[in-house]
Amino acid sequence: MIAVDLILFVFLILTALAIVRLRNLFAITMLAGLFSLLAAGLFMTLDAVDVAFTEAAVGAGISTVLMLGALALTAREEKPSAHSVTLPLICCLVTGAALIYGTLDMPFFGHPGTPVQTHVGGAYLVRAGAETGVPNVVTAVLASYRGYDTLGEVTVIFVAAISVLLLIGFPRRKDGGE
Amino acid sequence: MHHHLILRVVAKLLLPFILLFGLYVQWHGDYGPGGGFQAGVIFAVGFILYALICGVEALTRVVPQAVLIAGMSLGLLLYAGTGVTSMLLGVGYLDYSKFGSDPVHGQEWGILIVELGVGIAVACAMTAIFVAFAHREPDLDDKDW
Repeated sequence: MIAVDLILFVFLILTALAIVRLRNLFAITMLAGLFSLLAAGLFMTLDAVDVAFTEAAVGAGISTVLMLGALALTAREEKPSAHSVTLPLICCLVTGAALIYGTLDMPFFGHPGTPVQTHVGGAYLVRAGAETGVPNVVTAVLASYRGYDTLGEVTVIFVAAISVLLLIGFPRRKDGGE
Repeated sequence: MHHHLILRVVAKLLLPFILLFGLYVQWHGDYGPGGGFQAGVIFAVGFILYALICGVEALTRVVPQAVLIAGMSLGLLLYAGTGVTSMLLGVGYLDYSKFGSDPVHGQEWGILIVELGVGIAVACAMTAIFVAFAHREPDLDDKDW
């Protein structure tokens, strides 16, 4: 299992580095899809099948297609930056170091004493089957216990689609308009 | 795009199975991984694949723009309307316990309807976003990428 994790993480980092180095936006878009697919594989090793499914379908699938659709409207090459990279690099290193320092305090993965295991999560696992009759606890949590949150997510997607249509718009009928 | 014969034939063969898999994920979300969101995305991917091989105009002939806009509004309304209906039945917003003969049965119904709303809204919204982007540019040659 550790070997699988290691391989996935190494490829994840290599993909990220390649995305940073490349200038061709088409290649970057495809690599971003690959990044999502690798992330989906990592979620699988964490037994988070629903998240892995979403990541594979949305991250690797549809967002790649949408990015390609947006790419067709713009340039194919990223313009070389005129700024120096020193300051952004220092910012990234400091932020990354702070994040890693923050994780040092966190409990190990799967530790039974964490709030995730002891707080509301355990109650869902115990009660969901009897209260909702739905075997998949993730669905029970998303659609019933956390129904408000899911309603908010659907609203976000709806608003996103409406905004794109307002900004770009649907094709007109064949009247040579536009 | 017209010379990609193998691509077109294979994609057309795959299309019904993609849509069937989307329906499976939609209605089987209670039992296995998946649910309305993933099903909507898979359904949209089926339509987008059709647009990729046959052109955006062919897609808008199958699914007119009005259907896409009505669909994503209907999906959201189905979700929000479920909450209003539960309020009319005398319980809290999005409390499904009054939809069936007993609370557990009501929960099953409520989750099924809400997930259907999510699926319709996501499928139509994703397809609409793709159509909005893709119709702007006429067909690209392979070399243009």
